[in-house]
Amino acid sequence: MQTVAKLIDTTLCIGCKACELACQEWNDQEFTLGVFQGTYQTMPDLAHNFWNLIKFNERETAGGMSWLMTKYQCMHCADPGCLRACPAPGAIVQLRNGIVDFNHDHCIGCGYCITGCPFDVPRLSPATKKVYKCSLCSDRTAVGLSPACIKTCPTNCLTFGARDELLRKAESRAEQLRADGHAQAGVYNPQGVGGTNVLYVLKDATEPEAHGLPKDPTIPLSVALWKGPLKWLGTLTLVGGILGTFFHYVRFGPRTYEGQEK
Amino acid sequence: MTNGWTDVANADVVLVMGGNPAENHPVGFRFVMQARLQRKAKLVCVDPRFSRTAAVSDCYVPIRSGTDIAFLGGLIHYALSTGKFQREYVRQHTNASFLIREGFGFEDGHFSGWDEAKDNYHRDTWQYEVDGQGYAKIDPTLEHPRSVFQLMKKHYARYTPEKVSEICGCTVDEFRKAAEMVTIAAAEDKSGTVLYALGWTQHSHAVQLIHAAAMFQLLMGNIGMPGGGVNAQRGHANIQGSTDMGAWNMLPGYLKIPRAHWATLDDYLKANTPGKLRPDSLNYWGNTPKFMVSLLKAYYGERATRANGFGYEWLPKAGEADNHGWGFFFDRMYAGKMDGLISFGMNPVANGPNTAKMIAALSRLKWLIVAENFETETAAFWKAKPLAGQYYPAAADPAAIPTEVFLLPASCFAEKDGAFVNSSRWLQWKEAALDPPGDALRDQEIIARLFLKIRELYEKEGGKGAASLLNMSWNYATPGLPSLREVAREVNGRDLTTGKQLNGFGELKDDGSTSCGNWIYSGSWTEAGNQMARRGQEDPTGLGLYPEWSWSWPANRRILYNRASVDREGKPWDASRAPVRWDGARWVGDTIDFKSDAAPGDFSAFIMLPEGVAKFFTPDLVEGPFPEHYEPAESPVENPLHPRVSFNPLGKVFTSDRDALGTSKDYPYVGITYRLTEHFHYWTKHTAGSSQLQSNFFVEVPDELAREKKIKSGDRVRVTSARGKVEGPALVTKRIRPLTVNGKTVYQVGLPIHWGFAGRVSGPLINNLTPSVYDPNSGTPEYKGFLVNLEKA
Ligand code: SF4
Repeated sequence: MQTVAKLIDTTLCIGCKACELACQEWNDQEFTLGVFQGTYQTMPDLAHNFWNLIKFNERETAGGMSWLMTKYQCMHCADPGCLRACPAPGAIVQLRNGIVDFNHDHCIGCGYCITGCPFDVPRLSPATKKVYKCSLCSDRTAVGLSPACIKTCPTNCLTFGARDELLRKAESRAEQLRADGHAQAGVYNPQGVGGTNVLYVLKDATEPEAHGLPKDPTIPLSVALWKGPLKWLGTLTLVGGILGTFFHYVRFGPRTYEGQEK
Repeated sequence: MTNGWTDVANADVVLVMGGNPAENHPVGFRFVMQARLQRKAKLVCVDPRFSRTAAVSDCYVPIRSGTDIAFLGGLIHYALSTGKFQREYVRQHTNASFLIREGFGFEDGHFSGWDEAKDNYHRDTWQYEVDGQGYAKIDPTLEHPRSVFQLMKKHYARYTPEKVSEICGCTVDEFRKAAEMVTIAAAEDKSGTVLYALGWTQHSHAVQLIHAAAMFQLLMGNIGMPGGGVNAQRGHANIQGSTDMGAWNMLPGYLKIPRAHWATLDDYLKANTPGKLRPDSLNYWGNTPKFMVSLLKAYYGERATRANGFGYEWLPKAGEADNHGWGFFFDRMYAGKMDGLISFGMNPVANGPNTAKMIAALSRLKWLIVAENFETETAAFWKAKPLAGQYYPAAADPAAIPTEVFLLPASCFAEKDGAFVNSSRWLQWKEAALDPPGDALRDQEIIARLFLKIRELYEKEGGKGAASLLNMSWNYATPGLPSLREVAREVNGRDLTTGKQLNGFGELKDDGSTSCGNWIYSGSWTEAGNQMARRGQEDPTGLGLYPEWSWSWPANRRILYNRASVDREGKPWDASRAPVRWDGARWVGDTIDFKSDAAPGDFSAFIMLPEGVAKFFTPDLVEGPFPEHYEPAESPVENPLHPRVSFNPLGKVFTSDRDALGTSKDYPYVGITYRLTEHFHYWTKHTAGSSQLQSNFFVEVPDELAREKKIKSGDRVRVTSARGKVEGPALVTKRIRPLTVNGKTVYQVGLPIHWGFAGRVSGPLINNLTPSVYDPNSGTPEYKGFLVNLEKA
């Protein structure tokens, strides 16, 4: 099974937000009202029912005005902090194609994954008390369709496919940009989480923060330890009803789900 | 568009000005991105504010709203003074070599022939010098002092980079950088495209502005070339179709509307059929009689005969100088001179300028019919006071408004079949996706049933102008619900002798043996079937023309004026991407804009023009043969070129008691209106998704001005003009840079348009602020570049 990925060429994104709507529509999320905070951004942040956010970052640079529009969502890390942190077996799974997916039947709403995520992506729903995030449209990709955001993107700034191929494509686009005078152009594929299945082409890869992307994301120390001997401490704080979980963990440790290819 | 969206991918440089395609045409913008990836195209964006298009551009230049002609004049001057233009193209394919009569000139803001007393021009010096046969004299060397080329050089000599900077407010360096980038297209093997939209058409000098763009593109040798052209990005799904079909003060196919002083068909044809101005001109509009007679046959069928002028006399006629454009009829309505209005797919309260006047005008009607998907501001105009009284202090109480309003639920686009005509002139047939909900009817049913009922009343009771209705042919299987397939076939036209569908307008006759509802659409539904429904993806030229995808008017031609992509002898300017080729017997490639079997040298390249060549100089536009920079009706400065004639001498300014213009003393800032990608006009505030993406009206305030006024993002601000006000939160930004104009700092205040008092999300109508000022050639309002004040609310 090939690892899949999404490539976001930020130099082609026009901030049209079509992907925001497509994401909500496909995932049956009810529309709400946007929150005005003095920018063009729809919401201040991701939400349990809003998994795909275009961040608008405006600033003056030496070369003139810069208004960066960057798609933000789950990065589908190779080494997912959320999965490491999750105490509920089967609640977070990593499919063989690399997609990190949540299985809400198993989610216990502890919110540990939120702490574990170096990109601050998962969100707890106050209504269902479960945690939600982008699934890279695992239900679409399972039947050979591309994720909803990719299907809708008008500029082809988003592409979906085999990770190796997209990584090559990203590198060659970065090279083109460098040849075009953008000396710092590069690919965002942070190694602190083992690389991500969401790849970005940035005009200036030395400054991902300008796009609202963390510079050197790593799994928080507490979560890294959580994987080690301290894990049982935290687990003990959970209510009795999930003791089964605890025992499961003690026996098998956190695991990567190798289950069905849907 | 002269070219088309897919063709933009062929460009080497893209000039976006008066438009914001990344934001308002995101799907079309993919072709800009393709040009960039495949041809390393440069994107130049000239706009009052740093837009989403600017954000992905290679070169951004800020200018003051309403100064685009100064900028383009600067580009023309730059090209001419540096020699960066395609001389052979200009010599062969334009009227640069034509001689103009003695006495033509320009002085102090006026062209020759200005009549102060009449407030108008005598255009007799704006004409070609002709020989004994009536043909224009030319000087192929372009050296004659009265040649168009020399006159143009002289006219634009004033538009130096320094002058451009002084008027527009950008720096000289910014202008130069952009000029260098866009003039790479002067090379024979390079093309540049110009993309524009309402940022050009909504000025009191809009048509001249687009004329200036065409001049620049002719200098670059870009007209007729793949990746070239002057390309209007149309905003509504079918606005191109409505223009083509004559919904705007025209008959279908851009035929002039009949006027009272052309009493007979012969009068009309004589006045509107041009004669050749050069011996080698093909002069295709010489076929006007065929187009007009076939149209009359479509209107009146068998009742149209040669003896009755094919029914021409039944057509309603406008007075000699009447203007039935938008602003004019609302002004008449406000003056109480109209009884009723039928409004389809249009929301004049929201989209007309000076909203308070629109509301007052509708309040003086006896009846108003609105056919719509939603209760729009127009349908709800009588509730303006209770719903938005803070903005309309003079609006009447609902009980005091006599207008009887009928809101007819109409189907939306997805509930009808028919064709949409896109910016690329493609007629794309679509099927209905679902039935109209509830009592909603398809528009054609509403129109047909109104027509049949009104005709019945005229039959019974008689009345003024009844002949036009009583003689109208109405041969549809279900008269109360004509199928759009039947209508489309009728529009294409048929041979009345054989009953067969026509293959194209080349088969039209002026003897009454053919009928055709719109000559430019002839060929869209032939005996071979509905050409608009085609979805073939072959691309034989490799230029992305896709000749089998839908059908493009005219004659399925994808690039207008493509004959100009090759020289007089037929040699392509750029052999690597010639859209057409003469194979010795006929033209192959894109449908040639020429006689398909005429050898290259038989005629000159621009067959639609009596000159046979494209025009730098034109006597057809009312305010002058060359575009000249005039200030908007409300401007923060006097025109730096000629302060005494600051405003377009023929710009139309209405002067009812509701129409006021302000000065920079009271209203020191320039208001700029625009659309946001999240919304479509005033409609999507009725839908949940778009309402979420931009829920709130806001005012974009330049950072420096905000500091001066101690305004922070989120603070409530009030923007006022001489017409009205709007209120909302401020969005403080550095994206609208203060400009130095004529030595003075000018701030521009950003006003997105999408809100109103009807819909899921509400906010003030931006047109509370805009003036009733119109372009004299097109009748389009000056929505851009008016004066406002700004304060903390
Ligand atoms: S759909 Fe594509 S271009 Fe539009 S905001 Fe999303 S990623 Fe950017």
